[in-house]
Amino acid sequence: MTRYSAWSLVRAGFSGQRTWAPAWRDAAPRKRYQAVIIGGGGHGLATAYYLARKHGIRDIAVLERGWIGGGNTGRNTTVIRSNYFFPQSARFYDFALTLYEGLSRELNYNIMFSQRGMWSFAHDRHGVEMLRRSVNAMQLNGVDAEYHDGDTVRRRIPGLNPSPRFPILAGLLQPRGGTARHDAVAWGYARAADGLGVDIIQNCDVTGFDIREGRVVGVQTTRGNIATECVGMAVAGHSGVMAERAGFRLPIISYALQAFVSEPLKPVLDTVVLAPSTGTYLSQSDKGELVIGSALDLFPSYAQRGSLPVLEQTAAGLIDLFPQFSRVRLLRQWAGIVDVVSDSTPILGESPVKGLYLNCGWGTGGFKAIPAGGFCLAHHMATGAAHPLAAAFSLDRFRTGALIDEAAASGIAH
Amino acid sequence: MLLIPCPWCGPRAENEYRCGGESPIVRPADPTATDDDAWADYLFYRDNAKGLSFERWHHQWGCGVWFNVARDTVSHQILAVYGITDPRPLLESGA
Amino acid sequence: MSGYRLDHGGDIDRDRPIRFRWEGRHYTGFVGDTLASALLASGVRMVGRSFKYHRPRGLIAAGLDEPNFIVQLGRGARTTPNLKAPYVELYEGLDAAPVNAWPSLRLDLLAVNELFKRFIPAAFYYKSFMWPNWGLFEPLIRKAAGLGTAPALADPDHYAQTSAHIDTLIVGGGIAGLAAAHHAATSGQSVMLVTGGRHWGGRLAGTSDMVEGKPARIWIKDVLRTLGAMPNVTLMTRTIATGHFDHGMVSLCERLTDHLPPTEGSGPRQRLWRVRAGELILATGAIERPLVFRGNDRPGVMLAGAARAYLHRHGVVAGEDVVVATTNDSAWYAAFDLAEAGAQIVGIVDVRAAPSPALIERAQRLGIALYLGMAPAEALGRRAVRAVRIGRISHSGRIEGATRTLRCDLLLMAGGWSPAVHLHSQAGGRLHFDRRLNGFVPEPAGGYRCIGGAAGDFARYSTLAAARGQTAEQRHGPIHATLWSISQNGAPDAQAWVDFQNDVTAGDIALAARENFRSVEHLKRYTTLGMASDQGKTSNVNGIGILGDLLGKPIEAIGTTKFRPPYDPTPFGVFAGHRVGDGLRPRRHLARHDWHVARGAALDEYGGWMRPAAYPQTGESEADAVHREVLAVRSGVGIFEASPLGKIEVKGPDAAAFLDRMYVNRISTLKPGRCRYAIMLGENGTVFDDGVVTRLADDHFLVGTTSGHAAAVTEAFREWLRCEWTTMRVLVEDVTACWAVANIAGPKARALFRALPTDIDASGDAFPHMTARIGHIGGAPARVARVSFTGELSYEIAVPWRRAGDLWDALVTAGAAHALTPFGVEALMTMRIEKGFLHVGADTDGTTLPQDIGFGEIMRKKTDDFVGRRSAHRPDGLRPDRRSLVGLETTDGNAAPLTIGAHILPAGTGQPRPSDGWVTSSAWSPTLGVPLALAMVERGQARMGETVPIWDLGNWREARITDLCRYDREGTRLDG
Repeated sequence: MTRYSAWSLVRAGFSGQRTWAPAWRDAAPRKRYQAVIIGGGGHGLATAYYLARKHGIRDIAVLERGWIGGGNTGRNTTVIRSNYFFPQSARFYDFALTLYEGLSRELNYNIMFSQRGMWSFAHDRHGVEMLRRSVNAMQLNGVDAEYHDGDTVRRRIPGLNPSPRFPILAGLLQPRGGTARHDAVAWGYARAADGLGVDIIQNCDVTGFDIREGRVVGVQTTRGNIATECVGMAVAGHSGVMAERAGFRLPIISYALQAFVSEPLKPVLDTVVLAPSTGTYLSQSDKGELVIGSALDLFPSYAQRGSLPVLEQTAAGLIDLFPQFSRVRLLRQWAGIVDVVSDSTPILGESPVKGLYLNCGWGTGGFKAIPAGGFCLAHHMATGAAHPLAAAFSLDRFRTGALIDEAAASGIAH
Repeated sequence: MLLIPCPWCGPRAENEYRCGGESPIVRPADPTATDDDAWADYLFYRDNAKGLSFERWHHQWGCGVWFNVARDTVSHQILAVYGITDPRPLLESGA
Repeated sequence: MSGYRLDHGGDIDRDRPIRFRWEGRHYTGFVGDTLASALLASGVRMVGRSFKYHRPRGLIAAGLDEPNFIVQLGRGARTTPNLKAPYVELYEGLDAAPVNAWPSLRLDLLAVNELFKRFIPAAFYYKSFMWPNWGLFEPLIRKAAGLGTAPALADPDHYAQTSAHIDTLIVGGGIAGLAAAHHAATSGQSVMLVTGGRHWGGRLAGTSDMVEGKPARIWIKDVLRTLGAMPNVTLMTRTIATGHFDHGMVSLCERLTDHLPPTEGSGPRQRLWRVRAGELILATGAIERPLVFRGNDRPGVMLAGAARAYLHRHGVVAGEDVVVATTNDSAWYAAFDLAEAGAQIVGIVDVRAAPSPALIERAQRLGIALYLGMAPAEALGRRAVRAVRIGRISHSGRIEGATRTLRCDLLLMAGGWSPAVHLHSQAGGRLHFDRRLNGFVPEPAGGYRCIGGAAGDFARYSTLAAARGQTAEQRHGPIHATLWSISQNGAPDAQAWVDFQNDVTAGDIALAARENFRSVEHLKRYTTLGMASDQGKTSNVNGIGILGDLLGKPIEAIGTTKFRPPYDPTPFGVFAGHRVGDGLRPRRHLARHDWHVARGAALDEYGGWMRPAAYPQTGESEADAVHREVLAVRSGVGIFEASPLGKIEVKGPDAAAFLDRMYVNRISTLKPGRCRYAIMLGENGTVFDDGVVTRLADDHFLVGTTSGHAAAVTEAFREWLRCEWTTMRVLVEDVTACWAVANIAGPKARALFRALPTDIDASGDAFPHMTARIGHIGGAPARVARVSFTGELSYEIAVPWRRAGDLWDALVTAGAAHALTPFGVEALMTMRIEKGFLHVGADTDGTTLPQDIGFGEIMRKKTDDFVGRRSAHRPDGLRPDRRSLVGLETTDGNAAPLTIGAHILPAGTGQPRPSDGWVTSSAWSPTLGVPLALAMVERGQARMGETVPIWDLGNWREARITDLCRYDREGTRLDG
């Protein structure tokens, strides 16, 4: 595998860039693997990479229904942050962020993680109290967090509306938060996993499972049956569909989450901004596009397309923050399908079928968790026990009621 | 923007409504006698069907009626509208 | 000098010149011109720089497919980035500049990038900038990227939105759309016909092509005149159909004032239409593809159809010495028209060896040299094309044998036509590849029809038939040669552009394929092909074709990427519409808003309501005012407007049984005329709301909710009744906005109440605590309850909203003798903290179970089921180490109240670590002279008296865990 560097680009430049090898091989499925991962998105590819790298298991197939990175990994708004309230979430997401910080060099693939900071705002007295509660929780959980009053927020983010409908009374800044190039995360993990011998198999849909005495012994695919006793499932958005093929249900509902980009602009926003009042959040990509997101569509959906009502709400939220963006133009809108869980916390770990492990329930925030989600799933698949960072995210919490309700703790419900 | 036929008001735009999720979800008759697993099933576990799905909707910013809708979750096509206590109609997914 | 204006022809007014500026220099055009046509007529050739290599670029298109001529229009608050010049209509004083060049188009410094082109192919950034870290390089990359500049000031314009229901909506104003509109309108239907620009007639506008026996320009004028006279027809120009959404909804963006000088526009700038039509006809035409060959991006290389459009719409000849390079017939007509307009056609280069004899004959008649079976190998020139090298072309797209050079200043290219299937595809419509046409054409779909070019039908006869709902065989259409790219040596050329704006070459596509980015989506994302501000209108199909050639796969096996709304970039402002400022979410005002303001209230928003936080007097801080107000209530009497308190009427034979199921507390045992405090859970067991329930009659209850929560509680009640307990006979109505509420509180409240003109007896024990009375005050119906959130003797007086003024007048008059003091939300909160009263939403969050706030015993005593009960008794709810609500008193001698949101740490720790809980409410108690707080603390109720460290943003405090209630524990003050 050619090592990527400025030097290798220069060298290739003298031969018309014709010397590059495929970033990953298109493997044909074999009859048996030690481990099979369903889903060639960020989580699935990261799982394969960590299985190979950390646990020395290289006899792995990643089965992707379409093209790798084509689900939510390639459809999100690319925000990476770990501004969570409960210790279990904080530990997990901050581990993800830490892995992200070293990922470009670990994978030898520039994922362009840009730590330009992530802000969220408080708009009324109660919001200020809850924001303060969050900042303190983050600090006590060992996550970087700063509390700033409204004047400081406006000074730090030039161009914010001085008199918005929802006043900005305070802001929470996580300086290590930021954005990364989403596709590159999938491609980087794919290339590195491939380099370690992992088979990446595209256009391969898993249509069923071979289950004997409650234990998985193989998967049925559109490209033939594969025997294996260790399966990881990382198909967020379609987790319920895949679970049904394995004969169980999940506490998950699929919704469309939309995203929007503007035409490219010269640099105008140097951080990531979230306004809880409207749910609108945005950043500016390296290409210059404003990348904007907001709330879910309000009904269950598997349609990866945009809708008008959410666009109208999002545009209004955007303009309340930055009224000068009213004349900026929307270039493209689309949607991803997300696994919504009642407590906004992922599900990691065992499923009702032995040997089949879950990585799902990411809600709207799976991208930021990719390294940790893959790392913990790999750990569980390799060792048969949950990684301590993921132990609280088991399916069992829906029975016991030990939910880790991040949305409720943010106080938005009232 | 969906156009949803309210049984009382006729076709109205999606943003007059609120979706209340899968229907029916049967509440255990004696919750105290229901074990934790069955209770979790009632609270959280859903079919979450890709394709034909049965759900209840509320004409919240209209007449206020709750009613059932059979809808395809991929095409978003509405295949039937029926009363809240009516049985599910027999349908094939439109997608 | 290259392009020039004819002294006749085109839809412009030569008697009305318009002066405008481009790059700071003055130019003149005419009414009817666009920025693109006027500059083309002025001989300007270089109009932009490409995104990455900053190569000189010229105008290539006449519509929204233009990738190169992207401008920053105007200055100041109305400056608008990234507009496509063919769609910028000229107005007097227009001032436009290029977007991707500094200091100027000619001297653009970043043109140096091109020197490094061979080292920075597509996606080079994934392979580099990792050492020492990305953060070092990113600022430079960002600065170089981006097209135009966002305005720095708030948009001074406003935007409208409207909806339309119509029998037939037709998108596209070419002959297909015009004929379809005429046909639908003749049958009496309501018809809306929209076209994106100013012109009707599409590609035939201004031409003499024959349509049903008439020159097209006459045919178009006749149809328009007919349609214009029909009252059931709405004709809309400058209107782009941006999106085609679920259930047939089409969004239109109508530009109302963009063609006027900014000072002349009045009313909204643009309008969003949400249209639902009984029948939807997509007549959006087709988009011409460039030819992909070396140097095809030189200024002066233009799409053949565009040159024809500029000639007929604007009377502009795009060049003097013209070479036409084509794969199909359409470009020949451009050559003929330009020749007849006086341009010198140096030659027609057609990759087909044997085009139709009729074309050849006409060309020969015009004296045009023909180069058949040949293709352009390379366009020569730097800032403008000066010649083209042509040669024999093989089946594989390779130039073979010797080439020859033709001098020209305009090179027209015609690579075939791609139906504009965007709206079809957005709605989920499928496409198939038509080999005869070399384009993706729509499969028939339900709910709408595609006709004309949009359907891949380029024959006038069949198009007009389809427009009229008939079917006709396409008699003839363009016969295309398949040619996705032209190469010198068989390898895709890294100097042949596919996506002009994003600088993606055929070589880049080969690189992507080599590196296994072979899915069409991978190709797009890896190379950025089709992701520019034209969204791949001219580039996508060529890119897919080249990839197919490289992989040896038929193009239909490659497929297309998804077409996403909007069709053309659309301002966020038009989608926001009226939802700006207060229109985003109107604030709710109290019944006595003006009264509060007149008394100096500091208003703040609480749960959507603008309420007095306090009434600071001159020289008082808010805290001073709160302390004064608290003391006034505790020692005398105060008045507080409590109108936002939720009020829900619940009535019916099963009302009592229903409320028993909704509340943790038993409601059915309540006697008429009495009140009970109760909490309500969600089915997941967490605390949802609290309030006072009053039984007005056996079958009639008034349910109080927290402010701002009445709608949610009403919705919850109704959902349970309509969906679960469908046989219960109960009616629920939210009457919050029907009743204004005054709360009078304090030891003198009874005296004040008795001084009111009322028929309610409040003497002695006649009206005890937690009872309610219905009567009159000053002739207005009134509901009065003896409930208290302050701990003082208190009356909550509700009168019809419109009678609030009378009630306040009566209270103020009677209150004069008692120094009646208005108090705000903060004073109320301070008093309830002194009393340790729970405030749902502040002391609880979405994780709080009833046992956490002291309701465990009440739950145990109630035998029946209620919503949330089972969930509250799952294993996690039974943990002994749950957090519970407690009081806190500071022990660090610091008089400042604790910060709400500060965290409580385990005793004995001096280091940050995960906490045991947090402060939920806090205030300085003027009554007790100490700071007080409430907090949720792990095992809090079992830790009474324990001293705990408290963390707030790095500052440490210390407090002792106490009971909740700190003032008047016996409750004697409730009776005054």
